[in-house]
Amino acid sequence: MSWNRKHLIGIEELNRDEIETILGTAASIRHLLDHGAKKIGALRGKTVVNLFLEPSTRTRLAFETAAKRLGADVVSFDAAASSTAKGETLRDTAQNIQALGVDMMVLRHASAGAPLYLSARLDIPVINAGDGAHEHPSQALLDAYTIRERLTHLTGRKVCILGDVLFSRVARSNIWLLTKLGAKVTIVGPSTLVPHWFVGMGVEVSHNLKAALADADVVMLLRIQHERQDSSHFPSLGEYTSMFGLNKTRASWLSPHAIIMHPGPINRGVEIDSDLADSDRSVILEQVTNGIAVRMAILYLCSGGDPEKVAHFAE
Amino acid sequence: MPKYLWISRAHVIDPASKRDAEGDLFAIDGKMVAKLTVEQKKKAQKIDARGLVASPGFVDIHVHFREPGQTHKETIETGTRAAAAGGFTTCVCMPNTSPVVDHAGTVQFIQDAIERSAIIHVYPTGCITVGQKGQTLAPIGSLARAGCVAITDDGLCVQNNELMRRAVEYAKMFGIPVMDHCQDAAMTQGAVMNEGFMSTKLGLRGWPNAAEDIIVARNVVLAAYAGHQIHLQHISSKYSVELIRRAKGRGVPITAEGTPHHIALTDSAVAGYDTHFKMNPPLRIEEDRKAIIEGLRDGTLDCLATDHAPHTNYEKDKEFDHAPFGILGLETALPICLQVLVRESRFTLRRLVELMTSKPAEVLKLPAGTLAPDAVADITLFDPDEEWTYDALKGFSKSSNSPWHGQKLRGKVRATIVAGQVVYQDGKIVA
Repeated sequence: MSWNRKHLIGIEELNRDEIETILGTAASIRHLLDHGAKKIGALRGKTVVNLFLEPSTRTRLAFETAAKRLGADVVSFDAAASSTAKGETLRDTAQNIQALGVDMMVLRHASAGAPLYLSARLDIPVINAGDGAHEHPSQALLDAYTIRERLTHLTGRKVCILGDVLFSRVARSNIWLLTKLGAKVTIVGPSTLVPHWFVGMGVEVSHNLKAALADADVVMLLRIQHERQDSSHFPSLGEYTSMFGLNKTRASWLSPHAIIMHPGPINRGVEIDSDLADSDRSVILEQVTNGIAVRMAILYLCSGGDPEKVAHFAE
Repeated sequence: MPKYLWISRAHVIDPASKRDAEGDLFAIDGKMVAKLTVEQKKKAQKIDARGLVASPGFVDIHVHFREPGQTHKETIETGTRAAAAGGFTTCVCMPNTSPVVDHAGTVQFIQDAIERSAIIHVYPTGCITVGQKGQTLAPIGSLARAGCVAITDDGLCVQNNELMRRAVEYAKMFGIPVMDHCQDAAMTQGAVMNEGFMSTKLGLRGWPNAAEDIIVARNVVLAAYAGHQIHLQHISSKYSVELIRRAKGRGVPITAEGTPHHIALTDSAVAGYDTHFKMNPPLRIEEDRKAIIEGLRDGTLDCLATDHAPHTNYEKDKEFDHAPFGILGLETALPICLQVLVRESRFTLRRLVELMTSKPAEVLKLPAGTLAPDAVADITLFDPDEEWTYDALKGFSKSSNSPWHGQKLRGKVRATIVAGQVVYQDGKIVA
């Protein structure tokens, strides 16, 4: 295990060893937490700022919880209340926050490339908590962690990513991560939301749900955003559900041990049947729980923590 | 006393008069002459141009000098200095200023600024529509009378086909072409780069070639129907080149330009979200890049134009989505085109000079682009092989938004002469 990065911007640039380091560190942290540790105080005395310039509930809460379990002080920044509404540039906002003396920044931004942009202009680590349709690395890492926990390994596993792939950062990060870990990834959905360009990222592109789901070990659903109807990407939510919504019949095409994943928030009755979301096959809440350990690992490693020594900080 | 100019022993390249050989150039009072008498030679200002190419001054029919209203980015003074440093002696400036040029009074304001502060020839253009809103025709006759050499809504594209048709028919009466920035608005909403693998990977909103091709096709149809010239600005797509080639084959009065950045770069340059690679139209893929080069080779694309588009550092230093489109072009056009067209694509130097001088002048019927006797003595002297490092921060433009900042370039302008007057020489403005 080795880690030399200060920032976590995307999965694309990570090598297999780095990915295993994060997942391994997350496993160690999970073990400590499951065996009585209340905190892993590696970031005690440090301040982590959550700069969330796009609405988010679970990612922000997860990063906040993760930072607090590492003993850090957390400052959260809300888009609506921020000076960006007054016309301040991202650079100025971020440099002002850095000048307050914070030690790390977790950034959520609607524009792809914003975390890379800030990482080149700040001295503190920048963790990407989702940038536009580009990447959402912590989500992909917790997804991989969850798949391995349920299905032991990823090599040779058939993963089907279903939904609005075009606008999804979760899909992109997962495509990079799952293919690097040896899974076979098929993306499926309406042709307007699953364009053929994705083939260049090493996945199969399909618009045939039955073929794509057949024998899949994992189906990863993406939220369908209502606004896409207005931009003529598909006719209606009803038509989407009738063509691509996951229901019991379609779920029966999956491999018997298959799991159903969703990064949330879910639209019950749109991309997934309500019963399926609550079924034994659904790992949606496990994903959320695993997100804490994975994000603790990310914060720990990017703050300079040694992956071999995380247990020393258990309290 | 008359003023005599004698440029000696240059490699003279003047495609318009089919000259491509070592020789001398002469001018009296700002006009080219075939020779000087022995007496006149004694009084002449003599420039020894051994080892240098002497060509007509470069002509750029697509620049943004940002005056009036955006003078924090560029002015006619700084823009023409940048032009002179790049070897350009004639520029045509776009009307998307603040206010836009949709009124003869604004043209007069620009003419006054040119009179006051330009060190090269500058011609204004006017808008096609009032406020560049694409709704009603601008007073095209008044704009032409005030000195506009073309009309264009550059930066925006007239979406209404009926309005565009009327603009072309109406402009025909005044003999000025309609220049169009070919972009379907509905297909490019929120788009910031070429649509393709790179935009998909980067998660940036893509801009399909089709959005350009559709308008190019529309303009081919309208130019043919109205029987009047439409000039297609900064063509970036392979299929557009093919549409123009076929239209020209049928004799449609259509002209088109290519830019140095579209022949030098592709969308893979956007990988690091560097906003110096954000321009409109966007950088495309290798196939498109090659098609633009071939279009310039066979004349499908009539000329080169830089689309010199200055923006301040603080405007460009933003998230990719939020930075403005455009880059500088004037000071780097020669070395970039020498590299891409002459050294990599085997164009003759004469062809490159033609694409930067007589051809753009022809597109807008400007009195420029040749060294024939009686022509205005606009001359550029350059060393095609001199290597230098381009420091955009020390350039002559007011802005420094160039993707070539800090790079070693090959080919340098040594002197720029406007109407017989040296205005730039060896790194300094001397006007």
